[in-house]
Amino acid sequence: MTVVTTDLDAAVADAAAHLYVWALKDIPQDLRDALAEAAGRETSVTGQRVLQTILKNVTVAEDEKNLVCQDTGIAVYYCKVGEHFPLHPARIYAALKEGTERATVEHPLRSNTVHTLTRENTGPNVGYRVPIVHWDFVPDWDGLDVKCVPKGSGSENMSFLKMCVPADGVTGIKKFVLESIVGAGGKPCPPGIVGVGIGGSADYAMHLAKEAIARPVGTHNQDPLVAELEQDLFGLLNETGVGPMGLGGDVTVLSVHVEHADTHMTLNPVAVNYQCWAARRASAHVAADGSTTFERDA
Amino acid sequence: MAAHQVTFPVTDPAEILKLRAGDEVIVQGHIIGIRDRTQIRIFDQGIEPPMDLSGAFLLHTAPNVRKVGPGQYEKLCIGTTTSARMVRFTEGLGSQYGVRAICGKGGFPDEAIEPMHRLGMVYFAIVGGAAALETTQIEEIEEVAWEELMPECLWKFRVKDFGPLTVGIDAHGDSLYREVQNRAKQKLEEIYARL
Repeated sequence: MTVVTTDLDAAVADAAAHLYVWALKDIPQDLRDALAEAAGRETSVTGQRVLQTILKNVTVAEDEKNLVCQDTGIAVYYCKVGEHFPLHPARIYAALKEGTERATVEHPLRSNTVHTLTRENTGPNVGYRVPIVHWDFVPDWDGLDVKCVPKGSGSENMSFLKMCVPADGVTGIKKFVLESIVGAGGKPCPPGIVGVGIGGSADYAMHLAKEAIARPVGTHNQDPLVAELEQDLFGLLNETGVGPMGLGGDVTVLSVHVEHADTHMTLNPVAVNYQCWAARRASAHVAADGSTTFERDA
Repeated sequence: MAAHQVTFPVTDPAEILKLRAGDEVIVQGHIIGIRDRTQIRIFDQGIEPPMDLSGAFLLHTAPNVRKVGPGQYEKLCIGTTTSARMVRFTEGLGSQYGVRAICGKGGFPDEAIEPMHRLGMVYFAIVGGAAALETTQIEEIEEVAWEELMPECLWKFRVKDFGPLTVGIDAHGDSLYREVQNRAKQKLEEIYARL
């Protein structure tokens, strides 16, 4: 058992180290397609200038084997842990931290993590409660899925929460998303993915919004009512004319993803979390024997 | 919308005055990397920057670099950060140090329009996140000051064909950001009316 556990520690750390760098260098195909499609329909001169530069940048990153964006972000991981996976989440966390640190030192990547009051750097993209890891537990399974979402600060700074009241209804939700994205302007590097979390509680709505931005472009919420809200918001946001990098144009967002939870009868929370056009994500599946498969979306 | 080539640092104010909001600009010469902590040190702590900023082009950046010798760094990945956080330094950069251009991503809020108009400065919009491309346009890191602020030091880069940039705010009191925001807010009123 001990040997297996040691190997698994290494397998998870290796997976994290690989995922962090992979995510930063190679943006997902669904994003590339969405950006190309955006360039196809953008009619403003400044918008075209921005989109053509973005497309060129994605190719240059590939050719030069360089990072797409210099902001290596704050490392965020989503873990789905099978109930029979032979490594305890406490050890999984330690391995993810080790992998993040190793990737940062070996590549090397810019270290962004600082103490939130002193602003002093706390190490190679690790610190107290960093990386940030979200957990899900899966019954009757012995595997582990890890998704790495390095989150840049330009887009993360454009996060908004409003505790709408029930009487605000769906209209209130739509208005808040619209005013948030117009107010954000060019700061979160549009056109990107707008993540919206509705329902639950204040903290859970923001958690859902973050989960929403990590979904591939082209996926829809399974609840048809929520999927309709995604479509409505997508159309409305692209009417605002904010455009690529906030310089004006037809394409303000590439996609709108809404995640929801049931809530209290007197609550109507709405959270917005923005993901920039370089919407980075990468996943791995680690089997109980330590063998690892890398996939964009595990 | 015109397209221009400008070499920095500039000595002739006309080089800045010819630029209009929305124009495309490609930059040659030398540019200076600067960020939050660098400007906090200059303005809030009152420490003189050890680099000449007159006629300069400032880039809002905190690059990924590799140290190759004392005070010497090799570029790894150099990109641009959100400007809005640093707007309050605009007036001081222009009036005290003669800075002519500030380049970043996401735009400057309206409070930058008046000092830029008065002092003959421009704001250039770069494409945020396009760091791989930007890195290829930076030929060399020629000088680094205040290394203890790593990566928020003062950086001097030599660039070639840096851009394309868009004039976001010009020296004539026009801002593309204000224009886009005003139109978007009008549009929102229309949208709200049919929700």
